[in-house]
Amino acid sequence: MNTWIAIGATALGCYAVKLAGLLVPAGALERPLVRRLSALLPVALLAALTAQQTFADGHALVLDARVAGLAAAALALLLRAPFLLVVAAAVVVTAGVRAMGG
Amino acid sequence: MTSAGSGLTLLQTCALSLLVFTGASQFALVGALAAGGSPLTAAAGAFFLGVRNAFYGLRLSQLLALPRAVRPFAAQWVIDETTAVALAQPTRRSTRIGFAVTGLSLYVLWNLTTLLGALGAKAIGDTDAWGLDAAGPAVFLALLAPMLKTATERAVAGLAVLLGLGLLPVLPAGVPVLVAALAAPAVLFLEGRRRHTSRNDAHENDAPEEAR
Repeated sequence: MNTWIAIGATALGCYAVKLAGLLVPAGALERPLVRRLSALLPVALLAALTAQQTFADGHALVLDARVAGLAAAALALLLRAPFLLVVAAAVVVTAGVRAMGG
Repeated sequence: MTSAGSGLTLLQTCALSLLVFTGASQFALVGALAAGGSPLTAAAGAFFLGVRNAFYGLRLSQLLALPRAVRPFAAQWVIDETTAVALAQPTRRSTRIGFAVTGLSLYVLWNLTTLLGALGAKAIGDTDAWGLDAAGPAVFLALLAPMLKTATERAVAGLAVLLGLGLLPVLPAGVPVLVAALAAPAVLFLEGRRRHTSRNDAHENDAPEEAR
């Protein structure tokens, strides 16, 4: 049930901001500060989420096979690999390290 | 898909793709729920990731010049990819076609792959053994990398990582990510002060992210 609440809230919120952009007169959102902030918010959120999902195990910070997987993804990104290849690299390396008992 | 691996049902996974339809928010919601976050903190993080779509909509509404009645239907397709395609078109007609074709094909593909992914994840059982728990952060990293263009973005990302990891052991699940979002206004504030004190009006670098 909780999950449905989260899905519903996210769906409503995400749809509302999409619609807002189409409906709101340009002036209201075009202020430089608002623009800057909206460009930087995803940076902060994605960085924090990446770090947490790599190192977190519940409330503890751990180093496990995921770190190797993310390193592989970072390398793939540096080599300008396409999106799916980046994700695949992370998955394969993580599974590989785990299979070897990492 | 990662969401089936983190305890969402098939129906919930598909509903996410059908209703939310903005990838980063979906992954964020699933990740936060999997980490034991409350539904509202999870939804708040996902919401902030979706805020950028409002700015895509701003640009698009000028380019597409849609009648008001059509806008609520077009809105669901206002995402990274459709904006990128629409902005690249030379005429209004091709902009509209580009937006509609990209929107429709992505919507169908995204939902089909979600269904297949969720069924697949069910079939293979223990998704961790296959390394699928690394797919979530890898997706985030791939979305993040092209945004790190200047020192400001890198400072925000660095601060957010510190906040997100540092607060993880002490705050309830889902909350550290929201606190980490404060890295954005914090860095902007510091930057503004530095500019104010040095009094040299270094041109505002407001690189929009629609280049992605």
